[in-house]
Amino acid sequence: MATTTVSSDQHRSKFFWMATDALTITKRNLINYVRIPQSLVFSTIQPVMFVLLFRYVFGGAIGSETSKLGLSYVDYLMPGIFIQTIAFGSVQTGVGLAEDLQKGIIERFHALPMTRSAVLAGRTIADLIRNLVVIVIMIIVGFLVGFRIGTNIGEFLAGVGIALLFAYALSWFFALIGLAAPNSETAQVMAFPLLFPLTFASSAFVPVQTMPSWLRGFANHQPLSVAVNAARSLMDGPVAAHAAGSTTGDLAITAIIWCVVLLIIMIPLSVNIYRRRV
Amino acid sequence: MPTAIEVHNLRKTFKGGVRALEDVSFQVEAGTVFGLLGPNGAGKTTIVRILTTILPPDSGLAMIMGIDVTKSPQLARERLGLAGQAAAVDERLTGEENLFMIGRLNHLSKQVARTRSSELLHDFGLEHAAKRILSTYSGGMRRRLDLAAALVAQPPILFLDEPTTGLDPKSRNDLWEIIEKLLADGTTVLLTTQYLEEADRLATRIAVVDHGRVIAEGTPDELKASFGATVLELSFQDEGTAAKAQRTLGALASAPIQQLENRLELPVADGAATTVLVLERLLDEKINPTKINLREPSLDDVFLALTDQHPSDQEES
Repeated sequence: MATTTVSSDQHRSKFFWMATDALTITKRNLINYVRIPQSLVFSTIQPVMFVLLFRYVFGGAIGSETSKLGLSYVDYLMPGIFIQTIAFGSVQTGVGLAEDLQKGIIERFHALPMTRSAVLAGRTIADLIRNLVVIVIMIIVGFLVGFRIGTNIGEFLAGVGIALLFAYALSWFFALIGLAAPNSETAQVMAFPLLFPLTFASSAFVPVQTMPSWLRGFANHQPLSVAVNAARSLMDGPVAAHAAGSTTGDLAITAIIWCVVLLIIMIPLSVNIYRRRV
Repeated sequence: MPTAIEVHNLRKTFKGGVRALEDVSFQVEAGTVFGLLGPNGAGKTTIVRILTTILPPDSGLAMIMGIDVTKSPQLARERLGLAGQAAAVDERLTGEENLFMIGRLNHLSKQVARTRSSELLHDFGLEHAAKRILSTYSGGMRRRLDLAAALVAQPPILFLDEPTTGLDPKSRNDLWEIIEKLLADGTTVLLTTQYLEEADRLATRIAVVDHGRVIAEGTPDELKASFGATVLELSFQDEGTAAKAQRTLGALASAPIQQLENRLELPVADGAATTVLVLERLLDEKINPTKINLREPSLDDVFLALTDQHPSDQEES
């Protein structure tokens, strides 16, 4: 039988292996995504349909409202679409984790000398990369339907960065749901009642000013709107910040604080539940 | 011989009050194969999951290579390999990618992980399928890859949890041959199985497990000897005739006669001599057997005698 003598790389530090384990699992998850191309295709088709629906069907009606704020509807819409798309994409983190937990491979992982939390880290990092791919596709789609950057490339990329940071924070939130769900189907079903009000009672598609006053407070301050307002200001310019009643800098900082706080709460909570679940 | 696996008074009750392990103790010498034999729900897998650090015990001691697995799980994990009953491999990765990944998660360098993958794929006859996605593998190929994954880091102790459950006879035989080759390498193996034939063929010692307890332990021969008899099998035309024969022959058997439809199994102390007596008696009563067979006791018989029920009759739990 086999001849190579094996000794593990003991001289490497604990942190080296923590990072390596997370990357190994990330790679495994990315290969999984690539091998089911349908999942990427369908997770792109839906947001494209949203773009077409809002841009060409509802846009005419909503556009008269956004033009009062000094923004064409397509410029108003696209940053909202970016955030909405990756928020929906983050649900995949919970679904994927719940799926993992149902499989025998997780038992094998736990009998290995690998870092346990690498399963969570590898899952969220893979979803971050997947969201990056999706957002690039959506940016191209945006340009095709008439979206134009109102600031400069640096601020635009900062906007993309905030969108991705928000997606990463949401991934950890949905990780929590995936870990609490008995199976992947339930994880999926549990995610949407949470995601729907966040997405639609927000500033993503329509100006909050048009909503009834009892809804306006929530719609203005909930985290998805905060992220959308920041991304929109960084992509469209001060007009968008003004429309949200603030400045670009303040909006960006608020969004970053939201994301960091979410991460500080969600990461230890998920790791804890994960340890207890397995 | 040094002791490779030691288990003392292991107990485990699951949430909801299911008692998986009542009180289990056994020892496995280094370089031998120890078989845990028992029906579904006997507690075999729970023992494996505790020893492989997946599950903590409620009480008791579990040690591999002198390491307490509850106190130093990380050290234990560096010394064990696990091949599970549900082939624990990634469906969407290729055979090669699976082994490389497990190698890296065992903290092997990239180069060693790569070399080990190709060695194992070669040894297990999977070279031609190295670049194929696992969902295209047959059941037997998947089990072989699962076993290969357990061996990537060359662990001194290998846990095989029902390695051939659900396989067809050909694949089962292939896997047995691979396991036998491994044993020649001096790896210590803890094997769980519900197949008596499998334990008989592979294990040096066997513990029979039932309802979370070890109810018998010994070499396969010792276990058979403790049953203490050869088995005379007689078939008859119908169940009625068999029942009549059972009444007639009762006094000649060394243990209760089992009737299985039209077939009788008589444990007999002195095989040939008793067979002659049995045939004389049947002749006197004008009962004609349709088939006669004298055989060594199987582990099936042992199990039957120990537990009073056929292993496959027990419900899964």
